[in-house]
Amino acid sequence: MVKVKIWGSLKNLADGSDYILVTGSNFKEVVDNISMKYPGLKPQIKRGISLAIDGKIYKESWFTPIDEDSEVVLMPYMQGG
Amino acid sequence: MDQITPKAVKEFKIVGTRPLRPDGIDKVTGKAMYGADLYAPNMLYGCLLRINEPHAFIESIDTSTAEELPGVKSIVTFKDFLKINPDNKNNPILENCIANEKVLYDGHAVAAIAAVDLNTVKKALKLIKIKYKKLPFVINIEEAMKTGAPIVSVGKKNENIPDGYSDNVIQYCSFGHGNLEDGFKAADKVIKRTFKTPSVHQGYIEPHACLASMSNDGKADLWCCTQGHFNVRSICSNIFKMDNSQLKVTASEIGGGFGGKTTVFIEPIALALSQKSGHPVKIVMSREEVFKATGPTVSSLVDVEVGMKKSGKITAAKAIIRYEGGAFPNETYELGAQSAFASYDLDAVKTEAFNVLTNRPTQAAYRAPGAPQSIYAVESVIDELCQHFNLDPLYVRILNAAKKGTKSSYGPTFDDIGLKATLEAAKDHPHYNAPLKENQGRGISCGFWFNFGGNTCVSLNINFDGTVGVVEGNPDIGGSRSSISQMAAEELGISLDKVKTVIADTNSLGHNDVTDGSRVTFSVGLATIKAAKAAKKELCKRAAKLWGIDEDAVIWKEGYAHPAGANAGNQEPLSLEDIAKVSSQTGGPISGHYEVNAEGAGVSFGVHLVDIETDMETGHSKILRYTVFQDAGKAIHPSYVEGQMQGGSVQGIGWALNEEYIYNHDGKLQNPGFLDYRIPVASDLPMIDPVILEIPNPGHPYGVRGVGETSIVPPLAAINNAVSRATGIRFTELPLSPPRVLKAILDTQ
Repeated sequence: MVKVKIWGSLKNLADGSDYILVTGSNFKEVVDNISMKYPGLKPQIKRGISLAIDGKIYKESWFTPIDEDSEVVLMPYMQGG
Repeated sequence: MDQITPKAVKEFKIVGTRPLRPDGIDKVTGKAMYGADLYAPNMLYGCLLRINEPHAFIESIDTSTAEELPGVKSIVTFKDFLKINPDNKNNPILENCIANEKVLYDGHAVAAIAAVDLNTVKKALKLIKIKYKKLPFVINIEEAMKTGAPIVSVGKKNENIPDGYSDNVIQYCSFGHGNLEDGFKAADKVIKRTFKTPSVHQGYIEPHACLASMSNDGKADLWCCTQGHFNVRSICSNIFKMDNSQLKVTASEIGGGFGGKTTVFIEPIALALSQKSGHPVKIVMSREEVFKATGPTVSSLVDVEVGMKKSGKITAAKAIIRYEGGAFPNETYELGAQSAFASYDLDAVKTEAFNVLTNRPTQAAYRAPGAPQSIYAVESVIDELCQHFNLDPLYVRILNAAKKGTKSSYGPTFDDIGLKATLEAAKDHPHYNAPLKENQGRGISCGFWFNFGGNTCVSLNINFDGTVGVVEGNPDIGGSRSSISQMAAEELGISLDKVKTVIADTNSLGHNDVTDGSRVTFSVGLATIKAAKAAKKELCKRAAKLWGIDEDAVIWKEGYAHPAGANAGNQEPLSLEDIAKVSSQTGGPISGHYEVNAEGAGVSFGVHLVDIETDMETGHSKILRYTVFQDAGKAIHPSYVEGQMQGGSVQGIGWALNEEYIYNHDGKLQNPGFLDYRIPVASDLPMIDPVILEIPNPGHPYGVRGVGETSIVPPLAAINNAVSRATGIRFTELPLSPPRVLKAILDTQ
């Protein structure tokens, strides 16, 4: 299982915890499984998310590998100026 | 101008030098083709009719009289876009370009006309009859959030909005970790303040301009000044229900963007006018239109609470951030919330952020969108705590600085970052200990930005004469053509004058994301190096053919193909030019390509020091000295890096001291021009002294980080702290214009 930190305002839409546990070995699998396991997070995932994997921010690279001991943080979809 | 380079950085020959800019002569002699410089045969001129009301329901638009005016060729309203594609009803980008049922801000367009000349267009605009009903409006964050406020747009609320707010509060987020209650209890002093910043404009000198030509068979060409022509194509082809391949978008030279040219304001209108008239149509915005109807920044209202020990250790930190970004949703509030405390290593931290709709123009990105406002508030409170405990403000920042292993305030754990090195460089700089006189103050602030990568596509073509053409797809807004050429020359081992980089149109290259997020030197550079590596592989293959040896027995070194070792033979090395000259005979043209969705851009930190003297009789604050320290990764062309650091600083100085959108009680913008909207000019400022710290980004082959945005983040707080120290009065609202500062001085007397 991959431990994913979610940001504060999503907690109540998941199960009230700072972290959620999902299966998956890459970006896409983890995000798909978050959507399935926590339907309350679907609207945010549809609006756009990024994943920070071991400190690096990935916006949409589906096949970025994720190890079970990776630090994974769900973040909003990032944009700049 | 200093450059601090760790010894571990790779040795370069061309990267890190300062060649003359390749676009310089064309730009200073007026030959460069900007958005308004393009003409086409039988071209029409287009203009938009804008309503000077902040909020109104459109009852009817009668264009019949205008249509009869000789010379008028086409008129469009939102209804025309519904005929093109019914899905346009729910397209907020289009609805910002031209109003649907309601005028949502002062200057919102309702119709557009194309005619044979500008005089005819202007006459025709006056002949359009609009009936509208004025609606109650709201332009202030606090008022807009209250229940009972006029509602800008219904049905826009996300699912997670806390109770107790009006429907203008549409987006909410929170970030953080740790126990705030315990953290604040452990503090020797807690300071809580509320800060305000106004909407400001990017102030790019070139107004938006485009030329559109759409033929009857549905194919179209569009030339425009933009930070991202592939994005323009995506937006417009979606509006016109076109295949991407049928709309070719070419980016002109660009006279500044800073985030404000990352979307469209006039391009769909010009295409629609062209489609309807059968002629090419050019639209050039006036300066007033640019101020009223493009995308300024969000304005903000931010509460910050920080607890600190006598030692200077921060025990807890909290911020409630409220941004208003006009009449449509945006994501800037999330970036503000994530950036606010990113410079600090904190056990207990929380940020909450709200986005609020108002009857103002829809915000667009502006260098590090959302970060300057929240970091201004945080850095101002930290400075006040330093003053309270009589602690050195740089010492306190070094004590609390985020570093490798810090769990960031927005979630991820930092890898190698350069904040501490940047702070140490500031501490060791002569500026920090230079004496100050009466009514002078020194301000300090840290700044942070994420930096991004993104979709990037590069072709590198080796010509028969041994010169090299690099084709990339990101408009050059900060010198990227030079930096990309330098990286190509470095990797190939040839001289820089052999390389020319051009920006391709949307039909000539795969998709490239917008020039934003400080991404281009990082991402396009990475793709260019990889494309050059692919070309080198092919060059080695051709050399192997010429020598009759296995291609694995050839290596590329300093611009030449060499036999890999004694067993491969003792042939004379072949230069790139030698191989290129016979490429037709050895298999055809040689090129290298690389396509990537680049990730791993690496965050960037900056520290700014500013000395200010405030005139206690007028409230005017003069910048005496300004030094910028920034972790820039490897500086490919240091002059351009310094230019980014200086430019961002100057824009931040304007934001801090003078710039603001001023509305009257009718919700109408009062200063839509550079006479009344005061941006800094060269004579206002001393030379901004940049100090580049080259802490390499491990995620890039040459160590590049983004540099374009971080520099606008610290000036707001640095100047606020300097003026506060110069006057002995703590300020909590920008701009620190002479009337505001003088009023505060008089109030204390």
